Amino acid sequence: MKAQFFKKCMAAGIACVMVGGVLAGCSKPAEPEATEDKTADATEAGEFDWKKYEGSSIQVSFVQHTIADAIVSKIPEFEEATGIKVDYSITPEANYFDKVSTSLSSRSGDPDLFMSGAYQLWDYSSAGFVEDLTPYIENMTTADYDFEDMVGSAVSALKWDGVPGHAVGEGAQLGLPLGFEIYSLAYNKRAFEQAGIEVPKTYDQLLEACDKLKEWNGSGSYALAIRGARDWGTIHPGYMSTYANFGAKDFEIEDNKLVSKVNSPEAVKMTEFWVDLIKRGGAPSWSKYTWYEAGADLGAGKAAMMFDADNNGVHQNWEGSSQEAGNIAWTVMPLAKEGDTPHSNYWTWSMAMNSASKNKEAAWYFLMYFTSKDFARYASVERNSLDPARTSVWEDEGFKEKMAKQEGYIETYEKTIDSTTILFTPQPYFFETTTEWAATLQDIVAGKYGSVQEGMDALKAKMDKAVSEIDLSQY
Amino acid sequence: MMQKANQNTQNNTAVNYNEIPKNIRMRPYLIIAPGLLILIGIMIPFITAILLSLTNYSFRLPKWNVVMFKNWIAMFTDASFYHALGVTLRYALYATGTQMILGTIIALLLKKDTRYSRILKVLFTFPLMVAPAIAVLIWQLMTSNSVGVLEKFLNVIGIFNFPWASSHSTAMFTAILIDTWVNTPFILLLVLAGIQSLPKSPFEAAQVDGADAWFTFKTLTFPMLKPFMYIALLFRLMAALQEFGIIYALTKGGPGDTLMNISLTGYMTAFQYQRLGQALPYLLVLWTIVNLTAGWLVKRQRKLAKQAQGY
Repeated sequence: MKAQFFKKCMAAGIACVMVGGVLAGCSKPAEPEATEDKTADATEAGEFDWKKYEGSSIQVSFVQHTIADAIVSKIPEFEEATGIKVDYSITPEANYFDKVSTSLSSRSGDPDLFMSGAYQLWDYSSAGFVEDLTPYIENMTTADYDFEDMVGSAVSALKWDGVPGHAVGEGAQLGLPLGFEIYSLAYNKRAFEQAGIEVPKTYDQLLEACDKLKEWNGSGSYALAIRGARDWGTIHPGYMSTYANFGAKDFEIEDNKLVSKVNSPEAVKMTEFWVDLIKRGGAPSWSKYTWYEAGADLGAGKAAMMFDADNNGVHQNWEGSSQEAGNIAWTVMPLAKEGDTPHSNYWTWSMAMNSASKNKEAAWYFLMYFTSKDFARYASVERNSLDPARTSVWEDEGFKEKMAKQEGYIETYEKTIDSTTILFTPQPYFFETTTEWAATLQDIVAGKYGSVQEGMDALKAKMDKAVSEIDLSQY
Repeated sequence: MMQKANQNTQNNTAVNYNEIPKNIRMRPYLIIAPGLLILIGIMIPFITAILLSLTNYSFRLPKWNVVMFKNWIAMFTDASFYHALGVTLRYALYATGTQMILGTIIALLLKKDTRYSRILKVLFTFPLMVAPAIAVLIWQLMTSNSVGVLEKFLNVIGIFNFPWASSHSTAMFTAILIDTWVNTPFILLLVLAGIQSLPKSPFEAAQVDGADAWFTFKTLTFPMLKPFMYIALLFRLMAALQEFGIIYALTKGGPGDTLMNISLTGYMTAFQYQRLGQALPYLLVLWTIVNLTAGWLVKRQRKLAKQAQGY
């Protein structure tokens, strides 16, 4: 009784203070509106009525990205075609997800649509913040939308049944892909010609190349650019791909609990290799490196190689875009031995719908318009958005012609895409576990722990604590 | 008769009071209303924070429960709290100490009103106009191992690839360096204003008596400047204890946990890990530290100001 009274008093106090949004966050999420009836109205006449939601207004959150630039450039056309008014915000990636998390938790319905990666959607969907797009895809698309044309692995990466530990590919469609990344080795052809060595295909060759490419372009230049900042972005590109190629896993299910496996022999062996790689070939200030620093160093001729997203190097290789433009080429990531299958982790920039949106149908129109084949072609061929989430764009002659100067880019994509999937175990504490992972990796490289095993044991304890609230018997 | 007259007077007074126009009767309430509103504005979020620290409130959970002191106990039994506390105190002491010494020295050097000192005063205030996050960007460029002007300077004296913020051993030094660049002018301005407001007669008397510069500084300038220095110390120490912008923009608390102070730990827990209930005890502890320190400094400053005025 007392506890109840106390709780009521607290709720009343908080209600007086909190802004409406936070208040709503304490309440049950709004039930999604039934879309089927409206869907039928929209399509039964035979022609798609783009003007059906004329006069509606939607809000969209973009991260600063080439695909966002492409979308923004076409918003006036969308507004004219549909009569739907679009308000939008563009936020740099460093602060983007903090902003989206706070906005979604307010349950105010703002933004109606937001850009996200799959990992973040695990977190948001667990809280009920994300609308399942399946009914919209099944019932509310134009005749020429051609959902099957979307790159299958990218669509699957955005599907999840909401059960921690279950792989992606089943369940609700949490978002639609705008573009994605796979991970490969970008290298400076001039550096390798100058050093007279072959482009590495195995781990041992990569370490040898690191030794031989030290100061390849004068003092301050180094062999390999990889990310090292204290955030999740350090773990998901080359590190996670190589981690999986060593046969290591992040979590396993034991007794209805997620249990971290980052201190397994495979994980420790891989991390020892990675630490060796950083020490022998990485940037002196590796622990500050994000996507931007890694790409910029490759373009500036500081780094001879970069193990990161395939499209990162492309932005340095467009004619006139950097000092080393035209010298950058791509190959499949180094593996234990030549001929092994390259398992690459996956990143998709997607667009998802806020389940509290008050304009879901109008928001869907926006989503459909900007994930269409025509727009995908425009974004990739006429603008610089890579890698397209539409198969038709990869096969488009205009796209092939545009990418012809990016030596090895399409070949590397073709050799890697079939074995590319999300290599993390889906769970709603992704930010926490991967941020701790990056921090521990920084500590291991700095020699804070006596051994890699000791560091990974400490990390396992932190990760187990972070996911300790998950009880799989409740799902 | 007298008693009756008094009674009449009292009755008249009571009647008169009731007949005071309403706008005049309301005046006391209107006078305290702004203060009351400000108090409410300050106290309600604070009380909310205390209440939410007793819950498992999370942005990812649609429902929350009272967990009483679980979050507080978890924080006090977690080694990372004591690490964050240590980082907070070390950062505040080193940054504020450096800025106080530098700011005071520069103010003393600029106290003479010459053409050069006027130009330098303007130049020294430039960093104050730069937002901390922008200052970090400027310094990241300056300390870049490839294009940084400081790196080129260090190369001349034989130091290559100085790690700056990327190493555990130099990250705090780098953050304090940026903080000092941004905030020393603040100390400089306050101390300079203090110097210019000092009475001239004691200094003239010292000059007549043949006192040297060090004696004059030790016995006159410094004691009389102390109240102004305490004000500068108060503002800077409070801000340094709560430092967030420079550290977050520089390394997000890294490398490892090197720069994870209480502000950053609280922010990361609340907004990145979405555990608001768990984050609030950190921020309330920080509030307590800041409040107690500020209270002590204010008392000390008042005492010194009275001493300086000869009370």
